[in-house]
Amino acid sequence: MKKLITTPIDDDTICSLRAGDEVLLTGKIYTARDAAHKRMFENGDEPFPFARAAVYYAGPSPAPPGRPTGSIGPTTSGRMDKYAPALMARGLKVMIGKGQRSPEVMAAIKRYSGLYLAAVGGAAALLSRSVLSSEVIAYPELGAESVRELFVENFPLITAADCHGGCIYALSGEPCEV
Amino acid sequence: MKEICVSQIEELTARLCVSANINLEPSITAALAEAEETAPLARSVLGQLAENARVAAELRIPMCQDTGMAVVFLEIGQDARVTGGGLYDAVNAGVARGYEEGFLRKSVVADPLRRVNTGDNTPAVIHAEIVPGEVFRVTVAPKGFGSENMSALRMLVPADGRAGVRDFVLETVRRAGANPCPPIIVGVGVGGTFEQCALLAKKALLLDINGRHADPFWAEFEGELLDEINRLGFGPAGFGGRTTALGLRVLTFPTHIAGLPAAVNISCHATRHATGEL
Repeated sequence: MKKLITTPIDDDTICSLRAGDEVLLTGKIYTARDAAHKRMFENGDEPFPFARAAVYYAGPSPAPPGRPTGSIGPTTSGRMDKYAPALMARGLKVMIGKGQRSPEVMAAIKRYSGLYLAAVGGAAALLSRSVLSSEVIAYPELGAESVRELFVENFPLITAADCHGGCIYALSGEPCEV
Repeated sequence: MKEICVSQIEELTARLCVSANINLEPSITAALAEAEETAPLARSVLGQLAENARVAAELRIPMCQDTGMAVVFLEIGQDARVTGGGLYDAVNAGVARGYEEGFLRKSVVADPLRRVNTGDNTPAVIHAEIVPGEVFRVTVAPKGFGSENMSALRMLVPADGRAGVRDFVLETVRRAGANPCPPIIVGVGVGGTFEQCALLAKKALLLDINGRHADPFWAEFEGELLDEINRLGFGPAGFGGRTTALGLRVLTFPTHIAGLPAAVNISCHATRHATGEL
């Protein structure tokens, strides 16, 4: 049974989710990956309001004519581990990506009642069908790495790390320590 | 002597960039459908990947947003001659055109530390090989870096033997975990020199996942490694399961009396390659 969630997300919803729960997310999310994270972290930029926001680690392919976006799957979250705890301290609540997180990020998720959701890596064409609109709102010079505001409807995700310390990846090879 | 004009090479390269990124290999589509998983999450992920391949082909959009750095293999017959301009310029012009016309992502930075995007996904990584006859064959193998980053090379020593190679392959896959978007395809190179070993691993990713090494000794090793990887438990998307890898191929080459180089090139299920001839 997939749970329906919306952004901006409230703490009750965050606490109700457990690692392994499949969710369908509707609302605004913001793309940011390596280069944008470096700027948000080092320059203190806030290209979108961080409070209760959801960031999607993604750099889409260009939108073909008549479509809001090109293919838009998750990139590897671990590369953003260095920056994530500081951004959560500044209000960011939800991270969407793929793959394991560092012990520091896992601890920050618990501390700030955050949430880490995984999109299926490689399902980028399929995920593009859940994106209703996409607009570049910061760092246009970064191309695929610019920050985009997306409106998504029933975006299919899996709860990868919950605010109780649970982690889906603990079920497989790599242990998740909190 | 057969003459091939650079405009033909540009045209073919552009077309191959687009088709490689949109169409999933039939053997991989089949392997996704045949994977035996009982856990609901694992089944859900495999279902999404199969549906993704259908959507990409239907909408003519890339199956993954990471349309990769373009790795281009050229097989040039020794009786073929390129006319009208530079060969590598033609390949790069084809890559730039294919990535623009196909709405593919431009993912290449000009300098590894200063990191400014080149804007057209060039330069390609080009491997040219001289072969007998008049053939001119181009293979475009776009490589995403979620999985490329998880790859590794190690200069083992002869005493490490078969067990050393096995342990290194498993260690590399274990360390990659969920990051390279399992189920993965694994290319293994064993032997040669440092640089050739890496190229063997890359070329192993071009092989049919259902094929086996011509030498029974290595064919058996391929099967053993694939089984062991699928006992690691990562499963689809790393959420647990039996399908961590859909295929594993090994390419080998003679090596030095003092060495046993081994390379593991990891690729996601979107192991892309398209070939054409002029």
